[in-house]
Amino acid sequence: MSSRSGFFAEIFAGLKKDPLGMTGLVIVVVLLLASIFAAQLAPHDPLEVDVYNRLQSPTWQHWLGTDQLGRDVLSRVLFGGRVALKVALVAISISLSVGLLLGMLAGFGPAWLDRLLVICFDTLRSFPTIMFALAIVALTGPSLNTVIGVIIITSIPVYARIVRTQTQALRDEDFILAERAMGASTARILGHHILPNIAAPLLILASMDVPAVVGMEAGLSFLGLGVSPPTPSWGSILNDGYSYLRNSPWPILAGGLPLILVTLGFTFFGESLRDILDPKLRKKGGSS
Amino acid sequence: MATPVLDIRDLSVDYQTDRGVLHALRHINLQIEAGRIVGIVGESGCGKSTLISTIIRLLAPNATIAAGAVHFKGRNLLDLDPDGMRALRGNEISMVFQDPMTSLNPVLSIGRQMTDIQYRDASSKAEKRARAIRLLERVGLPDPAEQLRRYPHHLSGGMRQRVAIAMALMTQPALLIADEPTTALDATLEVQIIERLKQLQRDFGCAILFISHHLGVIAELCDEVVVMYAGELVESGSTRDVFLSPRHPYTRKLLECDPARIQKASRNLPVIAGKLPDLVDLPRGCVFRERCDLAVDVCTREQPRLDNGDHRAACHVSGR
Repeated sequence: MSSRSGFFAEIFAGLKKDPLGMTGLVIVVVLLLASIFAAQLAPHDPLEVDVYNRLQSPTWQHWLGTDQLGRDVLSRVLFGGRVALKVALVAISISLSVGLLLGMLAGFGPAWLDRLLVICFDTLRSFPTIMFALAIVALTGPSLNTVIGVIIITSIPVYARIVRTQTQALRDEDFILAERAMGASTARILGHHILPNIAAPLLILASMDVPAVVGMEAGLSFLGLGVSPPTPSWGSILNDGYSYLRNSPWPILAGGLPLILVTLGFTFFGESLRDILDPKLRKKGGSS
Repeated sequence: MATPVLDIRDLSVDYQTDRGVLHALRHINLQIEAGRIVGIVGESGCGKSTLISTIIRLLAPNATIAAGAVHFKGRNLLDLDPDGMRALRGNEISMVFQDPMTSLNPVLSIGRQMTDIQYRDASSKAEKRARAIRLLERVGLPDPAEQLRRYPHHLSGGMRQRVAIAMALMTQPALLIADEPTTALDATLEVQIIERLKQLQRDFGCAILFISHHLGVIAELCDEVVVMYAGELVESGSTRDVFLSPRHPYTRKLLECDPARIQKASRNLPVIAGKLPDLVDLPRGCVFRERCDLAVDVCTREQPRLDNGDHRAACHVSGR
């Protein structure tokens, strides 16, 4: 009802007062639009090879130059953004939901379940992500879905642990006891009372997690463990450009800049979100 | 005599602790008739909270009900399965908590919480809102429709406690348990809330079990008083009888310690010397013996039983 729209209105009002956060939001929105409309915006087919015009500097025809096969770098960057944001969106939403569920189970459930889940989380977290990814790719071969899978498996424990801690802290709060005393079921307490209390920190965490996930995808693709070749990805653009750095710096710049922008945009936005939603900072109404 | 709404028979509750079994409640007998306000007084650790947790069956996991029965409208609550008990909570038995600053969900608006709590009801959202507004009016909150839009941190402690009371009365319960609902409030607010509770009790006709260690509030509000000490019920009777002619030495000392009764200015508040007995290793005889001025030989040997009548006390010495 009104409380939902009030929530977003409050975020927007807060952003208006925070220029850095607003900058972050603008960068995020521009990146999202650029990826969604990549097909319309890209001046060339990102896969179109033109060996006569390879490794060109920017021209009116190729705004960001061409790579070693003469493909238009700008088009590849736009389509690479699609890959990056798709990975971020899918991986984060799945790991967030699963982590939320498992974290609530661990935080609210019986002690034995908590211990079992925490052991699982810790086991998963003890693998270095890249080594883990290498092992999985060795088994299944490089593909985008493998990248998403690896990110999901390694992110679930991160979300679950935070949800678990927050749930445990809330579990013994008076208002949860009051709900119990008023006959609320466990599912009702979790969904209607715990979830709204942890939604804000989770949202902030997810927003701050986007650059990490995008970086991970780029890293894996750079190593050749992510998307398979002709498909453009910021990581593979960097990899291609890196081999020809002496001939042309443009592919490296074009592949690296969006990574920096994603990081800056989501971090600014996330930090601003945290300042707006942090209950300790938002006690403005006071008593009347 | 009508059947009481709540009838607690010979209730004993133990806690398993590292030191051994702690006997938190021992042989409690307590009846609350429909529409009566019964107060429970006693110092911290006397078992007040354990008693209410037992009634609503939300005891800590290390607690066991050693003996007894809690009959609510003729049904033994201790025999109910968890779902059956949950159906009663917030429906026929409601509760108001001590600290209004923490007993409301901080991130949900008052309106959302008040409509949410009516989830058992099939009526429309508008009806639920209307009912919430009516209830807020009844508890004396100004501009109730506006309050629904606000969040707990916008409200003062007194306003929040009114909201909590409105939420507890929403389902017209037969029994309202109030766990020190005015302790966290200042004196003027306390009086207002007490007056309001009295009024609401008359309107709704529910029985109230009111826990407090503030004797003035009990005297003002309650029809009957139950005095607890170290997990036992030591005296019970009408508020008038217990306050005007206390029979148990503990009740007398408790009344002497009430700051409202002190006539002369003094730096030192009166205290009851000594401390609560160890509930893991209970002494033989009367639990209050070690702090009692009247203790005689028989008090060390035999545990006093509550006598019969309207004004009952568990003491070998006084009032016989």
